[in-house]
Amino acid sequence: MEHLIELRDVYKIYPMGEETVRALDGVSLSIDSGEFVAIVGSSGSGKSTAMNIIGCLDVPTSGSYLLGGVDVSTMGDDQQAEIRNKMLGFIFQQYNLIPKLNVLENVELPLLYAGVPSEARRRRALDALERVGLAEKRRHLPSQLSGGQQQRVSIARALAGTPSVILADEPTGALDSRTGREVLSFLKKLNREGDTVVLITHDNSIAVKADRIIRLQDGKVVYDGDAHDPRAVVSPGEEEQEGQA
Amino acid sequence: MNFGQSFRLALKSLTASKMRSLLTMLGIIIGVAAVILILALGNGVQGMVNQQVDKLGINLVQTYVWGRGDGTTMNLEPQAMYDLVEEHPDVLSGVSPYVSLTATLRHGDDKYDKTKLYGVSQVFYNAARGTTLNMDTLAQGRFLSYLDVARRQNVCVIGAYLAQDAFGGDALGRQLSINGSSYTVIGVLAQNGENMEKGGANDQIYLPYENALELAGSRFVGVYLFTSTSGDTAAPAKEIIDGMLLDFYQDPDAFYTQTMAEQANLINAMMGAAMAVLVAIAAISLLVGGIGIMNIMLVSVTERTREIGIRKSLGAKRRDIRRQFVIEAGTTSAIGGLLGIGLGCLLASAVGSLIGASLSAQMGGASFSATPTLISVAISFGVSVGIGVLFGYLPANKAAKLNPIDALRYD
Repeated sequence: MEHLIELRDVYKIYPMGEETVRALDGVSLSIDSGEFVAIVGSSGSGKSTAMNIIGCLDVPTSGSYLLGGVDVSTMGDDQQAEIRNKMLGFIFQQYNLIPKLNVLENVELPLLYAGVPSEARRRRALDALERVGLAEKRRHLPSQLSGGQQQRVSIARALAGTPSVILADEPTGALDSRTGREVLSFLKKLNREGDTVVLITHDNSIAVKADRIIRLQDGKVVYDGDAHDPRAVVSPGEEEQEGQA
Repeated sequence: MNFGQSFRLALKSLTASKMRSLLTMLGIIIGVAAVILILALGNGVQGMVNQQVDKLGINLVQTYVWGRGDGTTMNLEPQAMYDLVEEHPDVLSGVSPYVSLTATLRHGDDKYDKTKLYGVSQVFYNAARGTTLNMDTLAQGRFLSYLDVARRQNVCVIGAYLAQDAFGGDALGRQLSINGSSYTVIGVLAQNGENMEKGGANDQIYLPYENALELAGSRFVGVYLFTSTSGDTAAPAKEIIDGMLLDFYQDPDAFYTQTMAEQANLINAMMGAAMAVLVAIAAISLLVGGIGIMNIMLVSVTERTREIGIRKSLGAKRRDIRRQFVIEAGTTSAIGGLLGIGLGCLLASAVGSLIGASLSAQMGGASFSATPTLISVAISFGVSVGIGVLFGYLPANKAAKLNPIDALRYD
């Protein structure tokens, strides 16, 4: 069976002065439709670079990336924009809502760029807001909502485009632990309803909410498997207490 | 994303910072207002000139004769001009000699020595338009008739000053003495302008020209006023008159003929050139305004880097981002253009009413209206939108090319 996401021997090399930095050093991984995967790693592990490549925000230096069976690793700017629009839903740490647009307009944005006519756009945006329980706040500006509510709006925005993959980059990073747990359980609920969720985090306690963990270190995959395996949270070479932090 | 949404978004970000938007637009507002004002005033003056020409008649041909200037008395008799008109009925429709002289004028014991006297023929008064070739209208009575002129009747048409001062308003049929001969008043001209002083614009008197020549003691007529059959025949009429005068004097410097059509064209060409220079100066302000818009748009792109990153992550293509910023710049300058048009129209009507009255008096009652033409308004609006789009393109393109990862991380 074809994988939904497939990275084959991906390198991402940045020049840094005289030296070069290998942010991704031969990464191969695959994620299937309906999975809930956490990509974990400390800062500098290459997880952000992996997220950028999976999110079609960046292209690998070498290797290939197949999304839904299509090689997207050599695409240009505008083609990537179209892939992002049709197949990916982003949830960011800082919510990244546009402050001067109201909640409904923010959720409509991906549909606007997809060219969905206004009636359908409105209906689909309201459906997505319904799913996160914020339909009654549709006229509010993001600044009038709490952090947790803003993050739910950004989840609604990610859902509105009916993407193949929901890509959550540190979605709980800016939230208190209780709201963070709510957001996580919401992501889990989405996964149970059939959505593919890829969670990027440095935090093991969050990563274990996923079904599967891919651990990156120094640009390489050091663990890929069941989230409940003890090796998933304690990577080789890392101190026990650091892993539990 | 379509045009309407981009437009609404642009309005939203303009109203979000009103002061900044207004300052951004200021260059465009001033430039457009200046262009509108200049064009409106220019149109007003041109309109006046055309009214004046229409009143005098586009078919007026003036001939000045001063002979050879060597003291010889080889004078052209007025009859030669009448013969010329008769020979060319397809081109010339009439002629009036125009003799100006000074003479002693008396009514009873009152002496009027500053009154201007003119000897003319009946052609000097255009019955169809109801004005003389000097733009005067009749208040009472009638103008000189063909018989008055042909029979050298001692009759005259007087100005409003004499009618008031000498006759207390009841002048028709009364007598005046000119160099001792008695003249009957057959018409009174309407008051023209405010000046009712002695020797002023309303202190004048018209006689049959033969009488005037006799009073002057000379057969020399310095000015002839011809009328051609239409505006189009003015130029051939001038040729015919000049040809005859050249035959007579053998000297092209002995006379000069000008047509109203020529003069109107000359004035219009000069006005057009002056307006073009002024509009070009005003257009510099539009250019500066455009640069102001570009400057603010560049700042705006930097400020909204994160927003651009978000939009790109959600699937906005380069052209979506570019369009958003170009439309924003275009909207800014379009609103500036509309405000400028409003301001220009206001200024034009204010300046028009300030100077209109005095201009109107100077131009013999032609009305002055400084209203901008629809086409100048439309072009100003189009140019201001064009400037916004042109100067907005560079910042918009900069925004469109931003890398989404960098843009998303931007604080």
